[in-house]
Amino acid sequence: MTETGPFRLPRGGRLIDRAYQLPFRFDGRQMRGLLGDTLASALLANGQLMMGRSFKYHRPRGPIASGAEEPNALLGLGQGGRFEPNQRATTTPLVGGMVTTPQNCWPSLNADIGAVNNWLYRFFPAGFYYKTFMHPRPFWKHVFEPIIRRSAGLGKAPTEADPDRYEQAYAHVDVVVVGGGIAGLTAARDAARDGKSVWLVEQTPHFGGRTPTDHADGQARVDALLAELRGMANVTLRRSTQATGLYDHGYLLVRESLADHDPNAGIPRQRLWRIRAGHVVVASGALERPLSFAGNDVPGVILASAVRDYIDNYGVAPGRRIVIVTNNDDAYRTALVALDAGLEVPVVIDARSAAGGALPAAVRARGVRVLTGSAIAGIKGGQAVEAVKICAHSGSGQVTETVDADCVAMSGGWSPVVHLWSHCGGKLNWSDAQAMFAPDPNRPPTGADGKAMASCVGAAAGDLLVPALTGAQAESATMPVWVMPAHATRKMKFKMWLDFQNDVKVSDVELAAQEGYHSVEHTKRYTTLGMATDQGKVSNINGLAVLSNALNQPIPATGTTTFRPPYTPLTLGTIAGEARGEIFQPLRKTPMHGWHESHGAFFEPVGHWRRPYCYPKAGESHADAVAREIRAVRASVGTLDASTLGKIIVKGPDAGRFLDMMYTGMMSTLPVGKCRYGLICNENGFLSDDGVAARLSEDTWLVHTTTGGAERMHGHMEDWLQCEWWDWKVWTANVTEQWAQVAVVGPKARVLLERLGGQIDLSPEALPFMGWAEGEIAGIPARVYRISFSGELSFEVAVPANRGLELWEKLHEAGRDLNVTPYGTEAMHVMRAEKGFIMIGDETDGTVIPQDLGLNWAISKKKTDYIGKRAQERSHMTDPRRWKLVGLESVDGRVLPDGVYAVADGVNPNGQRNTQGRVTSTYMSPTLSKPIAMGLVLNGPERMGEVLEFPVAGQESYKARICDPVFYDKEGSRANG
Amino acid sequence: MLTLTCPYCGIAAEETELQPGGEAHLKRFGPGSTDEEFEAYLFARKNPKGVHFERWRHAYGCGKWFMAARDTATLQVFGTYSAQTPHPTPEIVAAIRAHRPDWQPDWTEATADTSAESLNA
Amino acid sequence: MAEALAKISQVQDWGMIQIRADLARAGDAIAAAVGVALPERGRITSDGSRSLGWMSPDELLLVLPRAEAAEALAALQDALSTEHALVLDVSDMRAVFRIQGAKALDVLMKLCPADLAAMPEDGLRRTRAAQVACGIWREPGGYVLIGFRSVADYLRGILTGAAAPGTQLDPR
Repeated sequence: MTETGPFRLPRGGRLIDRAYQLPFRFDGRQMRGLLGDTLASALLANGQLMMGRSFKYHRPRGPIASGAEEPNALLGLGQGGRFEPNQRATTTPLVGGMVTTPQNCWPSLNADIGAVNNWLYRFFPAGFYYKTFMHPRPFWKHVFEPIIRRSAGLGKAPTEADPDRYEQAYAHVDVVVVGGGIAGLTAARDAARDGKSVWLVEQTPHFGGRTPTDHADGQARVDALLAELRGMANVTLRRSTQATGLYDHGYLLVRESLADHDPNAGIPRQRLWRIRAGHVVVASGALERPLSFAGNDVPGVILASAVRDYIDNYGVAPGRRIVIVTNNDDAYRTALVALDAGLEVPVVIDARSAAGGALPAAVRARGVRVLTGSAIAGIKGGQAVEAVKICAHSGSGQVTETVDADCVAMSGGWSPVVHLWSHCGGKLNWSDAQAMFAPDPNRPPTGADGKAMASCVGAAAGDLLVPALTGAQAESATMPVWVMPAHATRKMKFKMWLDFQNDVKVSDVELAAQEGYHSVEHTKRYTTLGMATDQGKVSNINGLAVLSNALNQPIPATGTTTFRPPYTPLTLGTIAGEARGEIFQPLRKTPMHGWHESHGAFFEPVGHWRRPYCYPKAGESHADAVAREIRAVRASVGTLDASTLGKIIVKGPDAGRFLDMMYTGMMSTLPVGKCRYGLICNENGFLSDDGVAARLSEDTWLVHTTTGGAERMHGHMEDWLQCEWWDWKVWTANVTEQWAQVAVVGPKARVLLERLGGQIDLSPEALPFMGWAEGEIAGIPARVYRISFSGELSFEVAVPANRGLELWEKLHEAGRDLNVTPYGTEAMHVMRAEKGFIMIGDETDGTVIPQDLGLNWAISKKKTDYIGKRAQERSHMTDPRRWKLVGLESVDGRVLPDGVYAVADGVNPNGQRNTQGRVTSTYMSPTLSKPIAMGLVLNGPERMGEVLEFPVAGQESYKARICDPVFYDKEGSRANG
Repeated sequence: MLTLTCPYCGIAAEETELQPGGEAHLKRFGPGSTDEEFEAYLFARKNPKGVHFERWRHAYGCGKWFMAARDTATLQVFGTYSAQTPHPTPEIVAAIRAHRPDWQPDWTEATADTSAESLNA
Repeated sequence: MAEALAKISQVQDWGMIQIRADLARAGDAIAAAVGVALPERGRITSDGSRSLGWMSPDELLLVLPRAEAAEALAALQDALSTEHALVLDVSDMRAVFRIQGAKALDVLMKLCPADLAAMPEDGLRRTRAAQVACGIWREPGGYVLIGFRSVADYLRGILTGAAAPGTQLDPR
């Protein structure tokens, strides 16, 4: 079996299939693994113990774990658009053809230049970055920052778009059990027997957790439970499915791997489940802790449980001569598994003064030396373990013996995985007896009903052995060991790693405490302890125990850092889900959208709508197209797709009274058959929307809003109707999308419309300015509003949306000889500015009131109330120094930049020039062949003819003369055709 | 992410189907009100840690505004109810008191208190 | 290649009438005028080619063959002439999709936060599909989904994507 590596054992490996060999590449070298391997097990089998380098010191790193907590074995996976950094080798299933690269090393994994940091560790203490890069200040930008930027970040970001698909799905489940170990399987069965809908999600591809490896008849127990669960219709079992976070009201996020790293599967790579769980059972097990002894980061020092996982699950020997070091009975299982696999166990080093349990007895019976009251004083070896130096645990590290070994299996005890429990506020208790934080069942995370929304079972609840389910015999107590040996020297503490990825050592945490960092949250950020990609899964408890000792206080007084989701990182792809490409966001299209597209329209977004900005012809710039469109409209006739304008029906006996409250002007007095322009403010008094309302009948109005305002204004109306005046009899309906609307604009507008035929009399007598009529045009039922946003003779024709394109095409057929021209939003904007009409969003920005814009004529003096009236009486709103709308005439023929400020004499307290106005709209007017602009200016209307200065960085200041905002057709005669 | 039951539809809607509307039961002050009254109406908002009354709109649903009584710290929902009421209903008051016996309504309408007591009794 | 989870097709020939009224007062008159029973809260009733859906406490949606819309509109306006009511032809306002097939629910579960599996047989649920508002009810062999016409392309895109072959939600 050497094809799959020299460290592949001849027998065993319950998760691998020796019949299927899978080739893969690591660091440019070809290797072979087996179906069922993880990347880590395949690499170990090939003798590749070193899989990366640490972040700060670039020290050699091998795997220390076999699961999601792995901080070291992080690889770059895949190529091109599928490249992903920081993938845990321990949880990545091996796929044939995989290409993997080590990280954080240059030029190569074995000869890394950054490793020089390793020799300078005395100069990189806790808080190094904070301390070193402070002075001299000018060095920051040009020296320190470039250096830090070059060395910052773990792994490389991919440079190409991700070609894989992802999706999301929602589920509503009575009980979700997280974790498919024996406790989770049992909890799922019990809930299912109660008739509840049950999901069980397991992060790995296998159910059973540790039980098959750790307990004699474990697999049989697991299989029996699985058989029962698979026979229950109300149970859903999902493997390779990771619960990443539990949020308010039982909202559980779960990532299901569907085709990870198997791009040929033709299905989404991952699916994000957004589950509403009635109750979450946390059966996420426990994680083994490292021991803090000098040299505990040398590749080959591996958690004891991981060592037996590699042997039992994958048939891989992490080493051939394995020293066990422990403070508990559990690690003795590793000795037994290793011996069964034919590997050597020269010695078990147990920090406890006695090891009298059944497991130690079984190990002794196999002839293995057990040294109690002992500790590791140091590790010989750099890139791999060569020998272990042994000392008394109670001393300060006097070496008593050196034992040759190529692997150290360490166990510092176990910590329940309480992340999901804690994400939404579940509290923990410290157990002195077991040396761990365990969930406090009396202080659970609570849901909408105020009751517990999660509970913990099995090892996650602190019941590490789950004897009731596994049949395990009692074990003797774990002895807390936070530093090994107990009185280790300062020099030894410099080599005791807590956070393996970020290179945070016992010495760093002690230094932080000495420097006054007493809060665990502060210490975390100061030392970067627990800030690695494993988020402290390995380092958290050891780190805070060291901090507690340094502060001379019990561990619960120090507390833990906050557990935040996600438990393991989520790909950005799952968060985006289906929202990419064409369906990144909904694009709203009018009934004439296809016509615009086929006629070369350049679109601009207006809210989610796409509206034609202009229709450039071949070789024509956008500016030229806009100018051509405007000239055509002013000379003859043009059409604008106005379907996006909001249309809201307001009906009822109180509709008039209601609209009088909505608008600043009077709408109740509008005669049937007429239109009126109106302004809508919010209760703060600020102008929110504008548009033309038409009175359709005695009790019915049609309210037009801006394109972006339809949903907002409809919501605004319903808010006041439902929450303030609920006894008023008014119905509203947002019918924006029922109608296609075309503005037919220009001196020939009437001529064109009359050509289409119909029963509507469009003559000035029958349909005067600000009137509307109903009937048929070109055989299409229509309403025609004689309103104008351009100053020209203008008819807005509304027809049922399905017939909008028909009307539009008929207009263009019938008006060919009139040079009927489709025009876009930019031409509309310029023409309205030429007329001095305001635009919501240009002249308004949420701080502007109608009075600022010279719109007092649209504010009723008679009404005692309307939304915003009281606010407009506030002293700040009536201040004569509020900036007011004026026209601005460029003095030198340059178009003013949008948004620029006019300066005044003097400077403000920050030393900036005082200002006295700003530009709100600015265009080149093709009609007048000169730049035009509008702006808000201090005392503007009283300062006609004054020249203002608008400085712009890097250019000569712009200058503009204050003038009337109506630049074109001041008499307003053109609207009459 | 909250789940609230729309009292009009009777269905549990999740937060993404809802639009928040801030504090409930504000009394509108219009023209004729003093600066102090208007300022309080427009700007002064309660920010309790604990029982709070809020407006929510079932925006991706029936479109109706409704009120929710919930605890801002624990996110417990005591109930949702019609927006067409000037104060929380006696049923809501009773539901809150069942879980927060020490909580006192801060409005003065006598009827709300007495009916709540009768429900508790 | 495996088959799509469901067949997505767009319906073009339906008419729709929006009715707003005090349903407790005017419900019987509405039911009589349209020939379909008044739906309970959250339900939709059907009679032949017509359905009447409960949209809100004071809103109903009549779905019927487009050719019958004008006549039904007149009948409703007549029946509600003495009521404070609003009756509008909104036949052009929406895009209607059918999601047909054994895995139709899987398609909707990928897009809608609502618990559609728990929806009653005659339920009508308004919710959102990905980023846009929609209404959903059952029909033989699948579901009907209505949304606004301006986002018809978006709706077709998300429905077709969610129905992609091989993406059923069953555990693997």
